[in-house]
Amino acid sequence: MAAALEARARGIEVLLLDENLAPGGQVHRAVGGFHRPEPRAPGAAQAREGLRLIEAFRASGAEARFGATLWAVEEDRTVTWSEGGVAHRARAGVLLLCPGAIERPLPIPGWTLPGVMGVGAAQILLKSAGLLPEGRVWMAGQGPLLWLYAAQMLAKGGRLAGILDLSPPGGWKRAALHLPAALTAPGYLLRGLGWMARVRRAGVPVIRARALAAEGGERLTHIVFDGRREAAELLLLHDGVVPNTQITRALQGCAHLWDAAQACLRPVLDGWGNTTRPGVLVAGDGAGIGGARAAEFSGRIAALEAARRLGTLTGEQRDALAGPLLLRRQAELAPRPFLDALFPPLPAADIPDETLLCRCEEVTAGRVRAATALGAQGPNQLKAYLRAGMGPCQGRVCGPAVHAVMAAARGVPPAALEGLRTRFPSKPVTVGELASLA
Amino acid sequence: MFRRSGPTDCTIAWEGREIPARAGEPLAAALLAAGIAAFRETPVSGAPRGPLCLMGACFDCLVEVEGVPNRQACLVPVTPGMRAAPQRGARGAL
Repeated sequence: MAAALEARARGIEVLLLDENLAPGGQVHRAVGGFHRPEPRAPGAAQAREGLRLIEAFRASGAEARFGATLWAVEEDRTVTWSEGGVAHRARAGVLLLCPGAIERPLPIPGWTLPGVMGVGAAQILLKSAGLLPEGRVWMAGQGPLLWLYAAQMLAKGGRLAGILDLSPPGGWKRAALHLPAALTAPGYLLRGLGWMARVRRAGVPVIRARALAAEGGERLTHIVFDGRREAAELLLLHDGVVPNTQITRALQGCAHLWDAAQACLRPVLDGWGNTTRPGVLVAGDGAGIGGARAAEFSGRIAALEAARRLGTLTGEQRDALAGPLLLRRQAELAPRPFLDALFPPLPAADIPDETLLCRCEEVTAGRVRAATALGAQGPNQLKAYLRAGMGPCQGRVCGPAVHAVMAAARGVPPAALEGLRTRFPSKPVTVGELASLA
Repeated sequence: MFRRSGPTDCTIAWEGREIPARAGEPLAAALLAAGIAAFRETPVSGAPRGPLCLMGACFDCLVEVEGVPNRQACLVPVTPGMRAAPQRGARGAL
């Protein structure tokens, strides 16, 4: 939305395709609708920012299509998307992809049972439908979103049986080194500490744990951690978020690298957001996790570069307009090394063999390790051995976990493995949708 | 599992059973609010599954909507009277 606003301000014609049903992405989802926090409630300031952005976007003159699923990008930047069962095509002078983030998988034994979901998923239910968890509700994992959601749901009258803190020990000590940089943007830290304090005030038990498993038959009934067994109706897992690279990885010639700190693939970009494919840019968390505010600045910076590419700005004009935005983005990114050190992704080597890694094809970590011992070098070869990453989700969920487990099994850094390749169409397409293109 | 903090304004049918819903909300939210945890059975082992991500990535919320299989319940908005059912295994050839 920020990129569309900036592009419109530079006189560029904009077509925005959004798979969601309404503007706002995940962070500003349903803001002004169901997501209407009380003025001092957790997330309220961010919701106000989102509302302002959406209002400005609606007035910008950008053409927007919601419920529009992009599923192919061609060499000449012709994009194909489906909307209400009908496919459409358009050619872009410049294509800016803003695929956002998805939750990093936190594979534990039993995580495929109905009743085990992501913390982000529960937050989406709260924002889009006003749903609050009830019964024996547990949260487990680590990261800012876990504490934000816990604070949000408690403020709305939700209850929690407990939070299992799975963060690797020594977090504050590891992170201390990065504290001075993080303190240049103190708002982030203060908000985070505020969420944690709210959870403690509510009397929710916060239990440090290492090993966790979910149990049940038709649905979740119990969780087991460090030798304890507790009744559970709902278990919400979280281990941070990773860039959604499903589209960019399918683009031939669009290079990606393994980000060691965030344990995920991300596209190789210059400071403007240019990928290694001419005329294709990426902005927001899809480029590397930076949060909603940094995403806004990345979007505006990328739009200025798009304007230069399209000839409505000279290089010098672009540089002058981008200067303050680049500084503000840098300021928003200041707390990231601190957060990465405080909540480093959980080690893949610790995932028990019986855990399903690939949920779609039901492939366990043990089978992935066995195939690796037989000679499978990386996630792409593994497909021929086990079909991991070839089910309906096409590796969206298991991708980072399979990659990290294979690297650990081979005893090499994850960067040494080629990332899982993806193919268009990025989402299932019906024959009817294909026929609608003819 | 979940309770609503707001009102409903319509009903939908899940396997023919009427459940309350709110027009425009994700179908997956209406099902979860009605206590339905399992949306589908996997093609590989027939295991029950419910939604994991609710943002269109995991495909564990696949259901049949108005007879059309393989719909992601998290991305389908509720319309009054909508008929939906679990997705059992892979979709049929036709």
